[in-house]
Amino acid sequence: MKISGAKIVIETLIENGVDTVFGYPGGAVLNIYDELYKNCDRIKHYTTSHEQGAAHAADGYARVSGKTGVVIATSGPGATNLVTGIATAYLDSTPLVALTGNVATGLIGRDSFQEVDICGVTMPITKHNFMVKDINVLADTIREAFKIANSGRPGPVLIDIPKDIQTAQTHFTPNKKEDFCKVYKNGVKAFNDAMQLIKESKRPFIYAGGGVVISDASSELSTFADTIDAPIGTSMMGLSAVSCDNERFLGMTGMHGRFAASKALASCDLIIAVGTRFSDRATGNKTKFIHGKKVIHIDIDPAEIGKNIPAYVSLVGDVKKILSKLNANMQKIEREEWSKEVQSIKNSKDYHLEMDKSRLNPQSVIETVNKYADKDTIIATDVGQHQMWVAQYYNFKKARTFVTSGGLGTMGFGLGASIGASIGAQKKAVLFTSDGGFHMNLNEMATLVSYNLPVLIVVMNNNALGMVRQWQTLFFESRYSCTSLNRKTDYVMLAKAFGINGCKIDDMSKLNNAVKDALKYNRPYLLEVTIDPDEKVLPMIPPNGTINDIILKA
Amino acid sequence: MKQERIVLSMLVNNEAGVLTRVSGLFARRGFNIDTLSVGVTLDPKVSRITITALGDEYIKEQIRLQLEKLHDVIIIEEMDLESTVMRELLLIKVKVEQGNRREILDATSIFRAKVVDLTPTHLTMEVTGDSSKCNAFLEYMMPFGVEELCRTGITAISRGSKVLKK
Repeated sequence: MKISGAKIVIETLIENGVDTVFGYPGGAVLNIYDELYKNCDRIKHYTTSHEQGAAHAADGYARVSGKTGVVIATSGPGATNLVTGIATAYLDSTPLVALTGNVATGLIGRDSFQEVDICGVTMPITKHNFMVKDINVLADTIREAFKIANSGRPGPVLIDIPKDIQTAQTHFTPNKKEDFCKVYKNGVKAFNDAMQLIKESKRPFIYAGGGVVISDASSELSTFADTIDAPIGTSMMGLSAVSCDNERFLGMTGMHGRFAASKALASCDLIIAVGTRFSDRATGNKTKFIHGKKVIHIDIDPAEIGKNIPAYVSLVGDVKKILSKLNANMQKIEREEWSKEVQSIKNSKDYHLEMDKSRLNPQSVIETVNKYADKDTIIATDVGQHQMWVAQYYNFKKARTFVTSGGLGTMGFGLGASIGASIGAQKKAVLFTSDGGFHMNLNEMATLVSYNLPVLIVVMNNNALGMVRQWQTLFFESRYSCTSLNRKTDYVMLAKAFGINGCKIDDMSKLNNAVKDALKYNRPYLLEVTIDPDEKVLPMIPPNGTINDIILKA
Repeated sequence: MKQERIVLSMLVNNEAGVLTRVSGLFARRGFNIDTLSVGVTLDPKVSRITITALGDEYIKEQIRLQLEKLHDVIIIEEMDLESTVMRELLLIKVKVEQGNRREILDATSIFRAKVVDLTPTHLTMEVTGDSSKCNAFLEYMMPFGVEELCRTGITAISRGSKVLKK
């Protein structure tokens, strides 16, 4: 029996285990939406306020669930609105399949209404993209897209489907879901070299990144750390990979990392980098970063080896498998001296942990949420100071509970992402945001209400673009060019207009009860917290700096 | 680090947009392409691209690894300059003036170039060889007045039995 292209889209999505999609209808995807209507018992579609929100939602969904996020948008502006969302997913290696409609094949290239070359636009921000010009390859193209999105280092794939391909009919043969596993070969020598280096090292440091979260390798990582007796620091994307209760965990390293983590990293003689790409935000000055150190680089993407930091030994592949293999082949090592030194670094005064408790401050807000939230509550953020404070102060206990835009640093990511995350995890999500980031995509509050999602929005309002302002304070002699926002937005009333209850806290004494109550709601809720615009994210290692340049106090 | 000449041969899917993906990657990563040539192979579904570039060890390695990640790239190999035949085709149009036609034709014959078009005022020649030969011919012709030239860029194939395939 012949079926339409639109129906093939639905059938192949289901074939690939998709039961949830995000998107926004439009002229060039009418046929796909018609099939979604007919198949609403098999696939649940969430309609957002804007395609960007849908892309972030699909991203957030994928990050917490480990499944592939799927987003659908129409041609032209619908497709271009996805761009920031796709780029965000690309930089943070999220498996995402974006489906866009396009004008009919006969109209392509004629600047038709709502026509845009979205494959051209998204070429640098997708692992691959397809324009389907033949109905007979549609099913296999979608299958291939899922395979590409999930194999090796995950990432986004876009499929552009012209309107006439959606209406054309062809025979469809169902397939089973393919196994996406890609096998990499590491020679025995590389493993032996790595183990030898670890044995010889007197002061090893495990530096874990987002790859550990993606590969679900938390337990392998902590076993590895126990086996080789080494402390662990993470990049921001690596947060949540190690429980904060783990004694070996020193916190995030890098520009706004914890003093102890950065100090131990600077004092080590061997960096064992696991699932990380040594971003400039994480390393600072790259030459000094590795001075006197050897590096073992474990990552699934061969192109990351040596890209930013030269590796002494590299192991390419799924970090979970590689760590398991190392664990199975290594004897337990004890390093009394190094452990003692790490312990003393850890016990040294962790300066940034203290904010002025006499007034309402970001630290107290985050710690209060931390106190009352469940350990599997999803924590999402936008981008800026509040994001760094969450990364520094929130005690993550379970992998995939932290949803944040790391590589691209997308302001406006948080609300859409928390929607998808809450759906993907079937749990409450808390979104920490700020007046800057929240203002970018706050329209998605409408989506929260439409689907009555249990998302608590915490707006840390400092009336400023805090992070840029901080840089202006530190590096531009306090010339606050365009960063003092002073918006007149009443966030509680705004939320109310969307159908969300909320309250404003401007006094420390109200914080505890307000947070406690807000977390009890099983529906959207908004808390606005007034923050001093002069609060800074500290410590800070200035760009291209080292631990010696660390700024600990304002 | 030392800049060296890099010659890359790759097999790619013969599909629309593949050349953009390959050249776009070079631009995006900040690598310069010196020459590029492309054509279909024995298998009509597969094209072969030859790219030459300048770069140090780091760039060499990164270009290869990043290109390998492209879905449409089937295989990529850095050619060993010692055991590779490299050729380029140069078409050159020279103005002919009273008395210099003979000299131009002599040079053409010495360089084993070919005259492909002749008018009372212009001579068009074709020369094939490695880049240095093409450069030498071009240099020799410059004083006569080169009106136009086009070069195909390097194409390269391994000597002996070695074949580029997956």
